[in-house]
Parts: sequence; C-alpha cells; structure tokens
Amino acid sequence: MAIHFDHKPGLVIYLTAGDPSLEATRSIALEAIDAGADVIELGVPFSDPLADGPVIQRASERALSRGTRLKDVLRLAHEIRAARPVAGLVIFSYFNPILRYGLARFAEDAAAAGADGVLVTDIIVEEADEYLAEMKRVGLAPIFLAAPTSPDERLEAIASHSRGFVYAISRTGITGKQQNLTADAAAVVARIRRWTTLPVAVGFGISNAEHVAQVAEFADAAVIGSAIVELIERSTPEASPGEVARFIKGLHLHQAELAR
Amino acid sequence: MASVINPASPSESRPGRFGIYGGRYVPETLMAALVELEHEYEAAKNDAAFQAELAGLLKDYAGRPTPLYFARRLSEQLGGARIYLKREDLLHTGAHKINNALGQALLAKRMGKQRIIAETGAGQHGVATATVCALLGLECVIYMGEVDMERQELNVLRMRLLGAEVRGVASGSRTLKDAISEAMRDWVTNVRTTYYLLGSALGAHPYPTMVRDFHRVISREMKQQILEKEGRLPTAIIACVGGGSNAIGAFYEFIPDREVRLIGVEAGGRGTALGEHAARFRGGVPGVLQGTYSYVLQDEDGQIALTHSVSAGLDYASIGPEHAALHDSGRAEYVSQDDQAALDAVVKLARTEGILPALESAHAVAECLRIAPTMAPHDILAVNLSGRGDKDMGILARELKL
Repeated sequence: MAIHFDHKPGLVIYLTAGDPSLEATRSIALEAIDAGADVIELGVPFSDPLADGPVIQRASERALSRGTRLKDVLRLAHEIRAARPVAGLVIFSYFNPILRYGLARFAEDAAAAGADGVLVTDIIVEEADEYLAEMKRVGLAPIFLAAPTSPDERLEAIASHSRGFVYAISRTGITGKQQNLTADAAAVVARIRRWTTLPVAVGFGISNAEHVAQVAEFADAAVIGSAIVELIERSTPEASPGEVARFIKGLHLHQAELAR
Repeated sequence: MASVINPASPSESRPGRFGIYGGRYVPETLMAALVELEHEYEAAKNDAAFQAELAGLLKDYAGRPTPLYFARRLSEQLGGARIYLKREDLLHTGAHKINNALGQALLAKRMGKQRIIAETGAGQHGVATATVCALLGLECVIYMGEVDMERQELNVLRMRLLGAEVRGVASGSRTLKDAISEAMRDWVTNVRTTYYLLGSALGAHPYPTMVRDFHRVISREMKQQILEKEGRLPTAIIACVGGGSNAIGAFYEFIPDREVRLIGVEAGGRGTALGEHAARFRGGVPGVLQGTYSYVLQDEDGQIALTHSVSAGLDYASIGPEHAALHDSGRAEYVSQDDQAALDAVVKLARTEGILPALESAHAVAECLRIAPTMAPHDILAVNLSGRGDKDMGILARELKL
C-alpha cells in the first residue's frame, strides 16, 4: 500500500465522506477502486470550506447534517483499507478539524487506519513545521497543493516537502466544473517537474474524459472531485456506487479509444 | 542550497505572528498575492508620498481628528469615573471603518488593482469600501450574508447608491463569517486582478497587522487629547470587539502604558450556550478559521459554531489574532455584554448625551455603564464609540417598540 500510478494518467477520486452516508461512501469508494481509481481522497466535511465551490459545499453540509465526524472518516478509511489493500488512500481536510482532534493523535490514527497520505487545504509550507514532523513520525505522505500563481521558489519548497505526489491546481479558483482546461495547468506542472521526480496530479475542474485525456499529455494523474460528488448528489444512495463506477470506466474507455 | 521557503513552528517569532497566534492558513493559490501585498504594504509604509496622501484624505475627507468628548451628564449620573467618548461615529460614513478602507484602497491603487472586493457584517465596512471606491474610481463588489442584508438594509441601499454591487451570501449562517468565505472564494478565483479589502484585524498575514496600523490613529489621537484635557493617561479604555479592528486601534498606543487597563467587550448575545453568543474568550478554543490561528467558537469536532448577536458587526466566530495574544498575556481584559444590555445602553446614551451609538459600540457603552459607578471620581474611562446607530433604526424600532 503506497501511492502509485500504474497507467497514465492515473485517477485520483475525491469523495466527501458521509455524503449521503458513511455506508454509501464506503460502497462508492470500493466500486471506484474496482473501476480503476488509483487513489481515493476521503474528504473530511467542514462547516466553512472556503476553497470549495457550491457542489462540495452542499456535500459537506449533507455529511455534517448526518453527524459525520473526523473519527468516523478515519474508521471509514480503515474499512476501505481492509477491503482494498492496494489502492492509495489520502485523508483530505481543512486544518481546524485536525487541530481540534489533536495533530499527533490524528497522525497516529490516520496511519493506523491505513491511510497513505494527508492533504490539508489550508496548510502552506511555511506553517507546516509541526505538521510535517508528525507526518514523518508516523510515515504518512504530506501532499501539498501547488498553484498556477505559485512562483518558482514556492514550487521548489512545495515539491521538496511533498511525498506521494504533488497536487497541481489547474487554475486559480475554487473546486468545481469548468469548460476547458487552461494553459495554466500544463505550465504549472512543467515548472513543478523542475524540482521533483514525484508524480504530479492535476485537479480542480477536471470533469470528463476529454479533460482526463488532456491531462494525460502533461501530468501523471487527474483528480476528479466535484463531477463525482455531483453525480452522487443527483443519484440515489443505492444507485450511486454503480453510477460512479460507470463514470470512471467511461474515463478509461475514452483513454483506450484515444490510444488506438 | 537551502530553499528560501522553510517550514516554521507557530511559536517561532516572525512577522504576522502575535505570540502563537496569527500566521497564514490559506489555499496555496493566495500565497503569492499575500506575499506581494506584504511587500507593497511595507513599501507604502515607508513612502512619504503615500503617507501624505492618506493623511490628507483622513483629515479633509474622513474628518480626522475625531473629538474626544467629555460626557458630563453621563459621568454625573453614573457617579464614578470621568467618562470620555472617542467620537469615531462622527467620521464620514459613520464609523471607524473608513480609516482602514482609505488606507487599503490607496494601496490597491498603488498596486494597479482596479477591482476591489470586500466582506461586510453590519455594512459599515461595506459602506466605507464602496465610498472609497467611488472616490478613487474603482470597481467594487461587496459580499454580505443574507441575514445581515435584512437587518442592515439601510447600509445595503447606501452601498448600491454609491455604485457598489452587493452580493448576498446564502450559505452557512448567512452572516459575516460566510461573507468572508465567499469573498475569499472570489479572491482565489480573480487573484491576479482583484484586491481583497478585508475589513477587520483578521485573516492571514499581513491583514491583521496592516488593518491595525490603519486604525492606530485612534489611540494616537486619544493619547494626545487626554493628555491635553486631563494631563494624565486614562484609567481604562473600553472598546467592543468583533473581529477587533476598532479595539486594536484604540488599544495599540497604550499597550506599553501598563497602568492603563484595556477592556475589550464581546457580544454576549442572548445566552451562554454555544450558538447563542459571540464571546470567543468564553468558550472559544484556539483554532484556524479563514486564514488565521486564534480563538474560535467551535464544537468538539472542530466545526465552526453558529453565533448570535443583536449587532451584526460583532456576530463572528473568531477574533483578531493580536487580541488572542493580548488576552493570553493578560495585557488586555475581555468581558461580554448581552443583547439587552447593548439595547439599554443605546437608550441611555441617546437620552443622557444625545448620541445614538451603533449596536456594536453600545456593547462598549454597556460595559462603561457597569464599571463607571464602581470607580473613583478621579478615574478616567475612555470609550471608543466606533460607530453611529442610524443604520440600526429598523432593529431599534422593533426591539424598543419605538
């Protein structure tokens, strides 16, 4: 169990844990892995998700209204790990729920649950001293975000402190759909590669097979979040695992077609 | 070669940290803009032309210096300390917020940014921002929670008249916290072209320092004025604390004067349970909200709590990080006054001095009403009257059955 992308582009699938229920997230995650997801990002719902667009905001509200807590997300991670030993597993959170849980306790429990890495949306390298020490202590990969606006000296720091992969944000903005990938995405990935040999995943606004194919041209993996979360929102809890699996297979199918 | 950017511990002393509080907890996309802002602000601080332009506008446009008024009738009726009111309510647009709005708008202009966004709670910061944008010919978008738009409707109309676009925020508690989140979402999207004119001593570095610096003029004037009038420093200074911009402005120059008590007044709301008030030092726990590490009202899972106050400007789950440091060091004291006490204080000040305070500032007046009678006749109590109450007439009409 480690983060690895066997084919290109790899697929990182974000799910808001507890939306619409923890059981549903578990089923969706397992189906997503079986359909070809290399890494599952389990999102910890937060009351004030300022980096997220309306789709993930609504998902967080639904998950919180069902009483989803960080300890539930860690238990869910443990269940997914037990059922699928090989897939990559990342805990994705805002910082405050982790601080309240206790940074050291969180690191220990996330590692014990079988997570491979952690991504904290509102942690930047300069503030990450204690966080990095805890991640290192328990052997979890800290994954930092890299932005199109990050100058080279920031990308160097981000690349040198990240483990597992580097998450490149495709454009300035919050999570959510977009029509076309901007030139920003390829440019930031090319700049990151000057500083690291880690895989680079591209996220924010990746919502269909065409986007995934575009990402394949310059990055190692595509992160799909809001498109999947919206699919779950429109579907029933019973039908959503199947729908998510079909959606993910569709992304790969398109890949195969392009390859021919 | 070592990287120029290195991880640091929260306890490490550096710009933007107040003790262990403050810092920068933001999405990476905003970091370049925050660093640019920090550098531009440092340059502007040492630029005589910038400072002269700001001083000129503060004097001739905003109306500084504001008077330090001896409230004779109130002092006599309470029968204790001599009470002075720092009349920030007399400033153009009706509150201290214009000090910071002018400073930051000039900075935005200097940086070549044509589009300004801001959040507002009570609407005073929104009005101040809309005003300076009109003055400087800048595009202006104001985010405001829908609950606040309803209870501060007059300010919504003022902003629109001034040419600003007011965008209602329907997420979360639909108050100040949600307006800040929405403004940050706009900023993260339009960061290359847009200046975020944050209205309180909150958020990521350099905002808490910069906003405080633009309001330092309050305590600088107060110190000079009280020395002229009384020949000595005040016994205590009282200010209301939402994010904490008027309070830090009123406290700052007195921090080295250990004999001067600094008293911040939080919103006690309508009860002591979580969700019924906005008293961060009475139930808050250190945490991260909207870019800074400070006391935050939150549940045991780290989810941000709902808050309540009759005053929109104090209705916020966190507090400026410098106040958190002043609290922990004991240099400032923080108390709370509830909704009813604030309403009573509005009536009392209106009918003894003919001054109608904003509901926010009325929390400071309420604390003054409580402690002045317990003080000696030679004691001096200075209350920062941060804003005027015209904006609250709808709430006052309903609550006081006028």
